Amino acid sequence: MLAYILRRLGQSVLVMAAVSLISFSLFNFVGDPVNNMVGQEATREDRVRIRQELGLDDPIFIQYFRFVSNAVKGEFGLSYRVRRPVDVLIKERLPATLELVAVSAVIALVVGICAGVYTGIRRDGWLSKTILSTSLVGVSLPTFIIGIGLIYLFAVTLRWLPSSGRAGVVELGWWKTSFLTVDGWRSIILPALTLSLFQLTMVLRLVRSEMLEVMQTDYIKFARARGLSERSINFVHALKNTLVPVITIIGINIGGLIAFSVITETVFQWPGTGLMFIQAVDFADVPIMAAYLCFVALVFVVVNLIVDLLYVTIDPRIRIAGR
Amino acid sequence: MSELLEIENLDVDFVTRRGTIHAAKNVSITVTAGEVLGLVGESGAGKSTIGNAVIDLLEPPGQVSAGSIRFNGEELRGKTDDQMRHIRGDRIGMIFQDPQTSLNPLLRIGEQLTETIRKTKGVSQSVALANAEELLESVGISEARARLKSYPHQFSGGMRQRVVIALALAGDPDLIIADEPTTALDVSVQAQILDLIRGLCKSRNLGVIIVTHDIGVIANIADRVAVMFRGNIVETGDVGQILGNPQHEYTKSLIAAVPRPDKRLHRFNSVDYIDGTAGGDSALNRIDINSHWLGRKSQLQQTATMQSKEVSAIAVKDLSIAFKLQGAILKRNRRMLQAVDQVSFAIASGESFGLVGESGSGKSTVARLIAGLLTPDSGSVELVGTNVLGKQKDPQIKAARLNLQMIFQDPYSSLNGRLRVLDIVAEPIRFYKQSDNEKHTRQLVYDLLEHVGLGKDAALRYPHEFSGGQRQRISIARALASRPRILICDEPTSALDVSIQAQILNLLKDLQDELGLTLLFISHDLPVIRQMCDRVAVMRNGAICEIAATEELFNNPQHEYSKHLLGLMPRMDVIG
Repeated sequence: MLAYILRRLGQSVLVMAAVSLISFSLFNFVGDPVNNMVGQEATREDRVRIRQELGLDDPIFIQYFRFVSNAVKGEFGLSYRVRRPVDVLIKERLPATLELVAVSAVIALVVGICAGVYTGIRRDGWLSKTILSTSLVGVSLPTFIIGIGLIYLFAVTLRWLPSSGRAGVVELGWWKTSFLTVDGWRSIILPALTLSLFQLTMVLRLVRSEMLEVMQTDYIKFARARGLSERSINFVHALKNTLVPVITIIGINIGGLIAFSVITETVFQWPGTGLMFIQAVDFADVPIMAAYLCFVALVFVVVNLIVDLLYVTIDPRIRIAGR
Repeated sequence: MSELLEIENLDVDFVTRRGTIHAAKNVSITVTAGEVLGLVGESGAGKSTIGNAVIDLLEPPGQVSAGSIRFNGEELRGKTDDQMRHIRGDRIGMIFQDPQTSLNPLLRIGEQLTETIRKTKGVSQSVALANAEELLESVGISEARARLKSYPHQFSGGMRQRVVIALALAGDPDLIIADEPTTALDVSVQAQILDLIRGLCKSRNLGVIIVTHDIGVIANIADRVAVMFRGNIVETGDVGQILGNPQHEYTKSLIAAVPRPDKRLHRFNSVDYIDGTAGGDSALNRIDINSHWLGRKSQLQQTATMQSKEVSAIAVKDLSIAFKLQGAILKRNRRMLQAVDQVSFAIASGESFGLVGESGSGKSTVARLIAGLLTPDSGSVELVGTNVLGKQKDPQIKAARLNLQMIFQDPYSSLNGRLRVLDIVAEPIRFYKQSDNEKHTRQLVYDLLEHVGLGKDAALRYPHEFSGGQRQRISIARALASRPRILICDEPTSALDVSIQAQILNLLKDLQDELGLTLLFISHDLPVIRQMCDRVAVMRNGAICEIAATEELFNNPQHEYSKHLLGLMPRMDVIG
């Protein structure tokens, strides 16, 4: 087991090394960094001096090594645009995104699994059919349309919820949370719902099709023949067997949610990392882009590592093969 | 009322769009406590339907449309789902065919047992745990306490079936319905499981219904037998009477079709009752090997076989292969399984050579090595005198390989479901460019299909439209399409009913006679081997124990293991 975890960690380090190389190359491809830093009136001498100070004349692998060793410490330099350390900027923005993703993941999982099990068991009920056709709308509409639609309905017409921004924030050390106030919850519901809709549909349909398959198996039939209760059959015997593929998808998707909540954050003006990234792209703010790239890769790697470990706890057969 | 279960005039219907199928018609059977009733019939006869109807677990759209099912004098029909739930498991236990799939793979044995015990007896977890341990011991699993923590995949097939039986017994039922409980198991394990069921039946005074297609199982375990044919019970009686002196025509032909372990016949008796002509032997038009396409050698083959008059068709020498069970960087830490160990034999041209052994003995691996589906670690394989272990593009080797085709066990998964039969059979012809043009190819395919008893209408249909036996005929046609001289048959009939088995084996025999084919016939079924083969090799743990002429092996086995295997053959001495 330990060997398995170590091997997976080794693979993760490789992935991170590759991504850091790509992030690093951004600095060289997206314009001359010195040009980006100094004003128009800087002299030739000034430029040469800055180049030397920044170590840009060093061999490329030394520069890369420096970039990586800083990155490991979480340092990605100053943002070109706001002249503040990138790691501080990300740290300020991260809680907003993580909270948004957490809420939407919980919505997607709870609703998706329950509805999936329900539609899997009562496959011909009218409610199942309604859920399935509604969920189709969920995947086929782009996120921003759904977001705008929700804003129009709940914020503009019904005036129940705020249309954008993140209100009611309470500071816990450096972490700013919106979970502790009613206003905070009110402002997180719409973006979280928007973000979760696609995942929800995916989880729902996956759980449903897996359920349909599992319900046909011999061990379910045998469980019935032993007179076990419907609840135990559906939620212990069947659901557990649907989980391995579901967890795979959820793992990939949660990474995606964190990394690409960009659109939702833009629509709702949610002050998270996605919004920050979009603004950075506008200004060719390379340090932020590079840091964001590394950060996203890290999220994916960590989430997938957790998923792999979850597999092993769920399915004992993998434990044997995976060693 | 001494009867435990009384089924009277039971009708089970499956209402489908294409009309109603009567799966069971006017079925009446009784079971007494302490008695084993064998319910025998071929697939589709409706035997499983009866079992499912009793515990009200018919697959929709199946439904009981008439008759009564009385259990301990109590009518089961019309009970609500909730009431039935307390009968299932508590009073009627069920055992299914495949122990690989009837246990939930993600739950420990202990969890599955205690859950069932707590449900049926309403006891606390600790009592249930103690109970579970006793149960496992009573079905012959040692170190029960430790095994409770194991997952199903950590048990062998036979052990799993014991766990399944323990689960069925968890609620202390009065009646056990076992649906093909030993079909998926090896012969030796099969005997143990049957002994166990019979022992439990007697010691706990249970009523047992054994649903099976295997007359051998019936002969070993049943007290009374009911024979089913197309939803009807055609005959009921004591086991001795049914097997020794069957009254109904269907029973007679069914019993006659069982391969005889005790003597060799030239042909298998086929079940020709009512539908016997479907693909029957007479439908075959005999072919003259000298003029027919199948007899002519392709140019490729001619170059390869010119010199080989007296050469063995297959010669295998010191063949070995090991599979890696657990990888490791250090060689001594790796766990290897020696699947085939120093196997040598030679098969003469035109001979039928049998390879017999239990599952895991390596017989299929030998077949795969010869067919080139696996590459051996060491040893040599010669086909018609050419060593075929080398560059596969070498024309000499390609030509030699063309002589060999394989027929697989499972007719359901060995045919591509997305291709028409025409394309399936034509594939080898097209691949080896054996025909002049497309029209010729089609003609050849039609011819082959006629020849295996399917008729050329089959060509435009898809595999799922055919039954298991018909699919196996398609497999044979496909194998013949490259005009092989050697056929490897890997358990070609173990997935089939007795009557279909007889037809397929007869077809293989006919083809062998007509085309002078060499057969390497792999089976775990000794009676079948006895009927089919000239010589037999007995395999165990990857090595050959004994090679002998068939009759010699059966009459006078030399090796201990051969004697053991022969001793396990179902006792059919009841048959007159």
